[in-house]
Amino acid sequence: MVLEEKKKIEVYDTGGPRLTFSYGPQHPGTGHFRMIVTVSGDTVVDLEPDPGFVHRGEEKMAEYKTWITNIPHLERPAILDAAGMVIPYCLTVEKLIDVEIPERAKYLRTIVAELDRIASHLYWFSLYGIFLGHSTMFLWCVNDREYILDLSQSITGQRFTHAYYVPGGVRNDAPKHVPKNLVKEFKLYYSRMLGREPREDELSEDFKKYILAVVDFMDLRLDHYYQMFFNSEIFIERTKNIGVLKREDAIRLGVPGTTLRASGVKYDTRVNDPYDAYPYLKFNIPVGTRGDCYDRAMVGFQEIRESLKIIQQAVEQIPDGPIKLKQHPIVIRVPKGEAIARAEAARGEILYYIVSDGTDKPYRLRMITPSFRLLPALKHLTIGSRIADIPPIYWSLNYWPVEADR
Amino acid sequence: MTWEKLRKIIENVKRMFKNDVEEVFLEKKIAKIIVKKEKLLELARYLRDIHQFDHVKGVTGVDLSRLKEGGGPYIEVIYHVGSLDDPELNDSILNVSVKLDIDNPVVTSLYSIWPSVEYHEREVYEMLGVNFQGHPNLKRLLLPEYWMDLPPLRKDYKVPGRD
Repeated sequence: MVLEEKKKIEVYDTGGPRLTFSYGPQHPGTGHFRMIVTVSGDTVVDLEPDPGFVHRGEEKMAEYKTWITNIPHLERPAILDAAGMVIPYCLTVEKLIDVEIPERAKYLRTIVAELDRIASHLYWFSLYGIFLGHSTMFLWCVNDREYILDLSQSITGQRFTHAYYVPGGVRNDAPKHVPKNLVKEFKLYYSRMLGREPREDELSEDFKKYILAVVDFMDLRLDHYYQMFFNSEIFIERTKNIGVLKREDAIRLGVPGTTLRASGVKYDTRVNDPYDAYPYLKFNIPVGTRGDCYDRAMVGFQEIRESLKIIQQAVEQIPDGPIKLKQHPIVIRVPKGEAIARAEAARGEILYYIVSDGTDKPYRLRMITPSFRLLPALKHLTIGSRIADIPPIYWSLNYWPVEADR
Repeated sequence: MTWEKLRKIIENVKRMFKNDVEEVFLEKKIAKIIVKKEKLLELARYLRDIHQFDHVKGVTGVDLSRLKEGGGPYIEVIYHVGSLDDPELNDSILNVSVKLDIDNPVVTSLYSIWPSVEYHEREVYEMLGVNFQGHPNLKRLLLPEYWMDLPPLRKDYKVPGRD
């Protein structure tokens, strides 16, 4: 235990008998998870995360499936963030085959990845809100997320778990038009939420115009979110100066994603080790200063705005051309060797290490997900805090048990 | 992806550890150092203290017994090491690996160097049966408590209904 944690406990320790109990296993909207908590009074003196309730054996399963049939099950660990889960898999296989995908496919991958990031973050905030007693946030986020998912559906054919990415490109092209009913429905929602009709030239069935209209709408809605949730007393009281993760601790524990950036480390795989269309696009990396629960939420909140910026640029710049190198048969053979690749999923850096022995199946596939890397931070932050602070800390990390267990 | 600094570091490691480095791969696909298992702790300390590799992104175990080329009765444990503090190293991942005897896979835990390996080493322990000496809490992590079979990521383990 770090010295500071010991000091914190000494201040609050009532000296009474210690009690160890099981916090869970429960399903708080994300997947089953349990923490074994030891308390003195209401101060947590020890906490041991116990993952594994939703372990599916993805890595072993991958050894029995072919390179292409691996794609659908690999996105199951985080169904809302299917793009984040599968893009690095495709990047790794492309490294092994040594190919570069067409430009249009790069942009399409980027657009869908950012749509997934927004959908995932909105779901995060909806649950963050409802577990802090703010049920309006839940309804708003889930409602707005619907239009993001509709966009994913019109591009990929599925609301989530698209299986849209294949080694060598993407499965199908973006449509030219969106369905009439969708535009009508969105128009109604737009006028109800913002109190005015969208301009005629802004919104039409043309796909490009529709996606830009949704992006603009979301951008305006983010201001509402700020006033209603992030700037509200309910939220601030429960998150400011709670669960402070210092910069050096964040680095020492190797945490990824929003948690790392909220602690003041400017580290994002989209910029450090760019892939797909990110090198051609301009965006900022939001960084926090204090590293508390509030900062972690705000970094995620600002990331939505950056993602909207990315989608807007990508839609305007997307070139014409092929969307995949060639139509793969179901069985492909990948040359011998080992490769490693990473990408920035919604929750942070995700890493794949694959060994191929030249057959139609991977010899060994290792996926290192961001949530798994949050476990030491969860332990570090909760020790020394109050029991009542466990939910804000848990939700601020955006920990997703299914993704951690794989 | 230029890996300028990583190349220099790998040269330094080769010079420092000479015969203890068994093999080095430095290509677009992967940058990997295979080191003798007695020297793993020393190399890790060197990388952290001199070259600012401050965290481990993950630990992978691979059962090499069925690999046709380059395989053998070994379990390979790979530490994917990175640096958050040094902006020049942000684009690179260094893979430090050791090959262990499959019948008795024992290696020193790197918990004392990088605390971020804690849960990753536990996972490799339960999935491949590698014993990390010096790990403070080497227990099962993901598998159920009643698991009585071989470690599941060993190639000898037969998945029910698959083989």
